[in-house]
Formats: sequence, C-alpha cells, structure tokens
Amino acid sequence: MKVSRRDLLAGAAGAVAVGATARGQAPADPSKVRGKPPRATGQRASAEKVQRIVRGATSSGTPHQDLMGIITPSDLHFERHHGGVPDIDPAAYSLLIHGMVDRPTVFTLADLKRFPSVSRIHFLECSGNLGRTAGPKTTPGQLAGLTSTSEWTGVPLATLLTEVGAQASATWLLAEGTDAAVLTRSVPMSKALDDALIAYGQNGEPIRPEQGYPARLFLPGWEGNTSVKWLRRIEVSDKPFMTREETSKYTEPFANGTSRMFSFRMDARSLITYPAYPVTLEHGWVEINGIAWSGAGKIQRVDVSTDGGKTWSAARLQEPVLSLAHTRFRHLWNWTGGEAVIMSRAVDETGYVQPTRAALLEQRGPGTTGYHLNPITGWIVQASGAVIYKEEAWG
Amino acid sequence: MGMTRPRLVCQLAALLVFVLTGAVSAQAPARFGIGRPATPQEIARLDIDVMPDGTGLPPGRGTPAEGAAIYASKCAACHGKTGREGPNDVLVGREPREGFPFAQNPRLAHTIGNYWPYATTVFDYVRRAMPPMAPGSLTDDEVYALTAFLLNANELVANDAVVDRSTLPAVKMPAREHFVPDTRDQTARKPRP
Ligand code: HEC
Repeated sequence: MKVSRRDLLAGAAGAVAVGATARGQAPADPSKVRGKPPRATGQRASAEKVQRIVRGATSSGTPHQDLMGIITPSDLHFERHHGGVPDIDPAAYSLLIHGMVDRPTVFTLADLKRFPSVSRIHFLECSGNLGRTAGPKTTPGQLAGLTSTSEWTGVPLATLLTEVGAQASATWLLAEGTDAAVLTRSVPMSKALDDALIAYGQNGEPIRPEQGYPARLFLPGWEGNTSVKWLRRIEVSDKPFMTREETSKYTEPFANGTSRMFSFRMDARSLITYPAYPVTLEHGWVEINGIAWSGAGKIQRVDVSTDGGKTWSAARLQEPVLSLAHTRFRHLWNWTGGEAVIMSRAVDETGYVQPTRAALLEQRGPGTTGYHLNPITGWIVQASGAVIYKEEAWG
Repeated sequence: MGMTRPRLVCQLAALLVFVLTGAVSAQAPARFGIGRPATPQEIARLDIDVMPDGTGLPPGRGTPAEGAAIYASKCAACHGKTGREGPNDVLVGREPREGFPFAQNPRLAHTIGNYWPYATTVFDYVRRAMPPMAPGSLTDDEVYALTAFLLNANELVANDAVVDRSTLPAVKMPAREHFVPDTRDQTARKPRP
C-alpha cells in the first residue's frame, strides 16, 4: 500500500490530538478520549511527584512545601526509626501488659479492636526537628519535615489499664517496641491515664508500617520518640526505667550545667510553607501560608512579619483549630518588589510565644543538642523573586 | 377525638425518654473481659529491661578483659578501636574531668563516661539493640563482659572488676547528679467542650 506524505502528516497530527503529549500520558484534549476504568486502589495524578525527603538510613521528612490543609497523607507522614521498619504479621501480633497489674494480659490485634475506640486528629513531631546546618537552598520539608498530622484511631490506654487492673500505686510504665532496636521509653502513668492511645488506625486505614503497624503507643503533643511504634509490651511500675533513649539521647544540656530529661511536651512552633525555597515569586498579591502547632493545646494566634520581624500582624487561622494538631494559617501580602524577610511566630492557648533562636541559645548554649528547638524561622524573598531560607548559626 | 394539650406534652415527654434511653449507649462495664491471661513464661521471655536498682539483671558475669576480645570482634568496626574513634556513637571518654559544660561546647562528645547517668542502661541497651545487624544475639555473659569493658575504658570500674547483677547497679556515674527532670507543665489544655 502506498502512503502519501500528506497522509502521513495528517495521521501524525491526529495522533497528537488524541494520543500522548510530550508531558506524559495525558491526551491534549481529554474530552476526546475514553478515560480509564475503575481501579482497586487510587494513585496520585501521574504529573504529581510529591515524595518524602529521605535523609539517611533512619528518617524521612514530610514535604510541607507540597501540602495543603492540615492532614498529612499517610504515605507522606515522616518516619524516624532506630532499627529499620519491621515487617510484622498482624495475625501473630500481640501486646503484653504486665508489671504492677492485677491481671497480666496478652491482647491480640483483634482484641484491641474489640474495645471501644476513639479517633482524634493530632500532630506527631520528632523532638529533633530542626535542620540546624540548613543553607539557603533548604525547603520547608528539609528544615522541619519531622512533623505530620493524622487522624489516629485506637483504644484509650486508660481502658486497657483498667482492664488489666493497674495498681493505684503505679506511677510509670515502660513501652517497648518489637523493632530491631527494641526501643523503650518510660511514660508517666498520668499521661497514660489521660489521653494516651494504643493506635491502630491512621487516616481511616490501618497504620502504615513506618508509623508502627499494626499498633503503636500515641501520646498527643509529646516528643515523637515516646510514642513507641510496633508496641509489643507495656510494663507498669512505680519508677522510670532510665532507658538509653531517655538518658544518653533525648535529653537537653542547659547553659546552667544541668541536663533536662523527660522533656515530653513539644512547644509551640510555626513554619511558613509558602512562599519558601525553591519558589520564585512574581510581583503582586501573595498568600503567605503555613502550619503552626503546639503540644500544650490549641494554637491561639500566628503572627506574620514581612519586614524581618520589625512589625507583625495576626494571620487568619483556618478552622477548625484543633488541640494538638497542625493549624493552617494564611496571610495576604502585596509584594511590590525589593528584598523582604518573611517570618511567622506561633502563640498557643497557654500564652506561650514561639521563641527566637537567640532566646533558645541563651538558655541552651552553643553546645545544645538538636532536641526541642522550635525557633522562629524566616525566608528571604530576594529582589529577583527567588525565595531562600534565612540561615541561622547555631554555634 | 382531639388530644388535650397536657396529654400531648406527656406523651412527647415519654417518647423523649424512650428515645434518649434507646440512643445513649450502655454504661461502660468495669471490665470487658477481652484478652487472655499472660503466662509467667511469656512474660519472662519478653521482660528484658533492666532498671537502675538492678531489677531485671540476669545471672551471669563478665570482666573488662573478656569484654575487650568481644568488643574487638563485634563492635570496634562501628565504634572505633578504643571506643573513641567512631564512625558511629563515641562510647569512651571522661573529658572534661570538671563540670558539665555540654551546653557550652558543641565539640564535646557525649560518652558513657561523661554523660550517661546510669550504668545499668549500658547492659540494657547493648543486650536489646547491639550489634545492629544481629540484635539480641549476645549471651548475658557477653553483655556483662562488654559492659565491664566499656565501664573500665571510661575509668568507672577497675581493670580486674567483675560486673554482675550485684556490682553493676553500684557503679557510680559522674554525670548522674547533673540530670534534672523537666519542670514545664506537661499537661495539655483539654479541648473545650
Ligand atoms: C554496624 C555498626 C555497629 C556495630 C557493629 C555496633 N554498633 Fe553500637 N551503635 C551503632 C549505631 C548506629 C548506634 C546508634 C543507634 C541509634 O542511635 O539508634 C550505636 C549505639 C551504641 C550505643 C549507645 C551509644 C550512645 O551514646 O547512646 C552503645 C552503648 C553501643 N552502640 C554499643 C555497641 C556494642 C557493645 C557493640 C558490639 C556488640 C556495638 N555497639 C556494635 C552501630 C554499631
């Protein structure tokens, strides 16, 4: 069969009209092509390349610059582990509760799910969540990606402690994971009986392996390390256990020659997620936005400055403002050109104000460990519109 | 027949009571009876933690010399020939002799000798987590020996010390007195009703 040059050209044009474009699989006019059939599991649009930021062998961070609202998609929830992510057969999983209890008991996963459950939206933050050596080309996720917010579902630990008959004189418990670090932390009974959960659900589905599948301890508002994942054992006691993770690590030397231990609560913090590196702005209206959170309760106010901290104005808070959860803040700004430094400062419902780096350094000294550092941070909008991280020296 | 007003109110009230008692879930019982009793054997198998007073320490013993040989073969690759060289966590070092200047000096490594408040934590942690590629593979005697070696290298026990369940809790750690519990209020405000 003879094919003319004209036929070929016409055919090629037709292929472009309905077939794949240079960008990928998307047709130029989707209304001219029958779409895909239903699928058993959904996927992100193929053009969306959002990913966690993997930082070495033991953690990956949430890419805050790519996210909206307050819920972190489960596959983008940060991870931090000390012995890798274990592979656990849910049918073989069990949780032992023993020690100062009347009835030492083993609960299977099915047992845990039979108890009355609760769902709560909370942030979870690693206590070492500041890239102290971050240079100008640092994204929000690289700077502070070790905080995420999910809806957690599980059984209140108080329910289980009642079930096993925890003794009235008990004051602490040990939580132990079944990962290769067999990670342990001591937890005060007061927290266990207050709002601690044994969580097995995350954003409506079983907890992801990186977050502790099939069940973990969840301590709202407290440093992430205490919310022991892959929980296999709880021992009730009347003393703390002084594990390596609460002595050698997760303690903060202070300038006064002491080291603070059992620093559970995460203090209030905010992070502008837009505009931030690697964004380039155009002149005109910009909706500055970001997340703020506090381990002491609700965010009451977030102040935003567009002049490097000389003046501040209150940002709008996106409702609902939830206790111990990320809160989205937004602030309209007309960028008319010239260099500007944008910053945010969180205030929580206890009146606590997010501190400056200088205030933290005065208390903690240049030798400070990386734990519980929640300074006000900023971004420089350069005259060209390029946005870079405002570097801070930590000694 | 038309209903009188008081009678209607009465019936509505009765309906309300019915709806309320039907809709409100039953009072939670004192116990649900879920889960099965744990046997002493399964508790013993998992209960590996060691407390500062020595609770949880198993029988067995070890000396610095025995520990040095195990350390050289199973630990030195990651923690250095003498425990000071890395590449992973520095385990050995008593400097500075005076004070606790960790906040002032960013270059000061936190070691067992200068920073760890409890000697029992060495046994507990090494037994549960080290070496990372074969956690839980060391015998209790090996863990005692490694603990003895690390404490001796940090000048905390003598060269001929025997470390066991009675001697380990008595080892005095210089950093201990510097640790203070957090004094911030740890309780969060409750969500308002
Ligand atoms: C493959 C490398 C590797 C080997 C081999 C290894 N370790 Fe470790 N060790 C590590 C790493 C990595 C950490 C830090 C783990 C963490 O932070 O979760 C660590 C932490 C420790 C700590 C705690 C240090 C601190 O300051 O908190 C001790 C103690 C320790 N190891 C002892 C040992 C002993 C004893 C052995 C030999 C039986 C050993 N290690 C073998 C890599 C290793």
